[in-house]
Amino acid sequence: MNETGANETSKYLLEARNITKVFGELRANDDVTLSLKPGEIHALLGENGAGKSTLVKIIYGSLRATSGHLFWRGRAVTVPNPAAARELGIGMVFQHFSLFDALTVTQNISLALPSDVDIGALSGRIETVSNDYGLPLRPDALVADLSVGERQRIEIVRCLLQEPRLLIMDEPTAVLTPQEADQLFVTLARLASEGCGVLYISHRLEEVRRICHDATILRHGKLAARVDPQQETAASLAALMVGTEVAAVRTDKGTAPGAPLLELSGLSLATDDQFGVSLKNINLAVRAGEIVAVAGVAGNGQGEFFDALSGELTSSNNATVKIAGVGCGREGITQRRRRDAAFVPEERLGHGAVPNFPLSENVVLTHHSVEATRLETGDGMAGSAVVRNGMIDRDAARYVNRVVTELFDVRKGTPDPEAQSLSGGNLQKFVVGREMALQPRVLVVNQPTWGVDAGAAALIRQALIDLARGGSAVLVISQDLDEIFEVADRIAVISRGEMSQAYPSEELSLERIGLLMAGAHEAVARNAGEAGAA
Amino acid sequence: MILVLEKRSRRSQAMVWLSPVLALGITVVIGGFIFASLGLDPFKALYIYFIDPMTSLWSIEELIVKAAPLVMIGVGLAICYTANVWNIGAEGQLTMGALFGSAIPIYFTDWQSPLVLVLMLVLGAIGGALFAAIPALLKNRFGANEILTSLMLVYVAQLILDWVIRGPWKDPKGFNFPQSVSFEGWQLLPLLGEGRVHLGAVLALIAAVLLWVMMGRSLRGFEIRVIGNSPRAGAFAGFAQKKVVLFCFMLSGALAGLAGICEVAGPSGQLQPVISPGYGFTAIIVAFLGRLNPIGVIFAGILLAISYLGGEAAQVELGISDKMAQVFQGMLLFLILACETLIHYRIKLAPGRGAVKEA
Repeated sequence: MNETGANETSKYLLEARNITKVFGELRANDDVTLSLKPGEIHALLGENGAGKSTLVKIIYGSLRATSGHLFWRGRAVTVPNPAAARELGIGMVFQHFSLFDALTVTQNISLALPSDVDIGALSGRIETVSNDYGLPLRPDALVADLSVGERQRIEIVRCLLQEPRLLIMDEPTAVLTPQEADQLFVTLARLASEGCGVLYISHRLEEVRRICHDATILRHGKLAARVDPQQETAASLAALMVGTEVAAVRTDKGTAPGAPLLELSGLSLATDDQFGVSLKNINLAVRAGEIVAVAGVAGNGQGEFFDALSGELTSSNNATVKIAGVGCGREGITQRRRRDAAFVPEERLGHGAVPNFPLSENVVLTHHSVEATRLETGDGMAGSAVVRNGMIDRDAARYVNRVVTELFDVRKGTPDPEAQSLSGGNLQKFVVGREMALQPRVLVVNQPTWGVDAGAAALIRQALIDLARGGSAVLVISQDLDEIFEVADRIAVISRGEMSQAYPSEELSLERIGLLMAGAHEAVARNAGEAGAA
Repeated sequence: MILVLEKRSRRSQAMVWLSPVLALGITVVIGGFIFASLGLDPFKALYIYFIDPMTSLWSIEELIVKAAPLVMIGVGLAICYTANVWNIGAEGQLTMGALFGSAIPIYFTDWQSPLVLVLMLVLGAIGGALFAAIPALLKNRFGANEILTSLMLVYVAQLILDWVIRGPWKDPKGFNFPQSVSFEGWQLLPLLGEGRVHLGAVLALIAAVLLWVMMGRSLRGFEIRVIGNSPRAGAFAGFAQKKVVLFCFMLSGALAGLAGICEVAGPSGQLQPVISPGYGFTAIIVAFLGRLNPIGVIFAGILLAISYLGGEAAQVELGISDKMAQVFQGMLLFLILACETLIHYRIKLAPGRGAVKEA
């Protein structure tokens, strides 16, 4: 490496000056400038669709700017591809991991390295680096056996092995327990103290305030502000991102909950997927008027749990799942919908919606076998059933789309665009709103605000609360503890396919939930017992 | 400078319909070069190949006779491929349909009634559907790759045909030729007009329109499109993928079987060792050229019928092998699939690649 040639006039490690990126008519980045010093943890904030990913992709070489310049340690550079970025010393940890489940940690890491790397020596280096930075990893462990937090460590170690000067992290804590997140912050602080710059993308404003030294905020592709996050509050950061004040969610406690509308008793489900999680003897009741949240680290059976509730996976015993008192464990998702239940899966694209279908056709996806929508706009038009006699009524579907997008503030360029053309937050508002349009008595939501901007998240959470206060039973599966404490009346924790009992949310502290997430049921139960006795 | 493919931010609606036309154009140009390399005048050869078949009443009628089975099979395959179900064995289902339908005139040679024709057509469709159900069930039950199973079953069907035609169903008065008795009266499809155009053409049109309505308007069509696009979203919608696989196979099998019995009860008038000049395979190209749209398939069917007629004409007038038709068809399929890339990507000139450059 040639260290001497650089004219170290610049105090910045990386400068992106006046970056503009145009896609068709859309200006994803419009004259954006970002600069970052060595040893600095720099937050990149913005709503979904604000242009964060575009900017990061330009820095990492997966996209080329339409205009503007990149300066690396004071010198103008072009970064034609990610390999060139890595050559400069830029590493990136993506939100979605690219790991092979059936390979070991070492094998996965070796795939990303030049082919002449000695695999034997690699295990040793992985162990050294991971221990040095407080990211313990067993090099010979199979990725399938690791938790999401551990998988993320692989990605980080993979970057660290290349001794980066700049590490880009895209929403790293979204998948971690509070304890794991704390551990990650220690690692990042250590890296920063060694002079490595960190570009940190996150929606969690509290943690940005805690660990970041500087923040660049984007809004609608433009630079909205450059602030010191430690001088700001989470609310003021959110206001800068959205452009207006974000309404706080109203969480007035409703009347006492009514009869149980969703009951699970002894729900067990063996998985046939090699890397799936089996559900073990889950008992839970959600009553009319309340929101019960299921907390847990990703990959502890949430997906299987959702599928078992929705009927995408059926049980052999009808009594394991009861909706409004009627056993329906053997019924599929359509029959459960006819029992006035609605479901919002975690994956918006490809599960909750067909990516290349227009929104109105995505309405048909979940409305085809149920009565007409019960939501109405002010124009006095009543909805009619979307499917009659096996034929689709396109006008009825378009009507539902119009009502939903209006009530849930879904922003879109054309009246009926393809689902994949919406930003994550807007699509999520559509998917949640589509189910709300049915005014379900039971709603099961998996990750309601995953990867969604603050404005959309507040709107979605408010809708969940309003639905519950209106007398429906709402079950929220989430990895976001802030969200859980914001909306939930009671909280249960899922860990390795087992579910704790549901505790009233005011009785649970972050620490206790963290322990439950890690699977220490007994310890917490004992603590709770002692606390109750004291 | 190098050419690069750049992903479009949204798929190009213009290219959806332009790409097959572009593929056709490139096929014609390459065809011209091939003719030239054979020492022929490329313009004259292309004229004989593509234009001549449409200049006389006789050849237009012949065009319809050949387009009918292509359209009938092609619309069924278009539905299959929309669902991401790969039925490659329509040729076998066609053969089975022909066998099932022919059973009536062969066993009840003297029976004359409109019911005979109806029964033959229904049995033809049933034969094709049942034979197509085999790869569907193998896929649903064992996860067997339907491309392989449906293709291999083509040879099974053709060998069964070969056996019955040389054995139990051979015409006893046929001088030992491998053929069945000749069908008579209500055992044959009514002709439309003076030439060889028969009722099959009308049935093909009806099938295309019905399936167009099904795909565009009905919940069943929606189900097929969802499963083909995104099986996980299909499960969330409550649609069963296995049922869709079986439905699509049996539907396309029924249409191929119907085309088979229409060939036997139409142009050939008896069961022979070879029923079709590869309609079941050519229909795969028809389905794609029609962009998996039943109405598009009608036009694509006519186009591919020209390549059959052109092949025959070129053999007679230019003295080149009729295998040229297959060369054209193969090139066309290849180029259709290649040109589909342009729906999602655009071609751009970009500066040559290089490592990190200092400015």
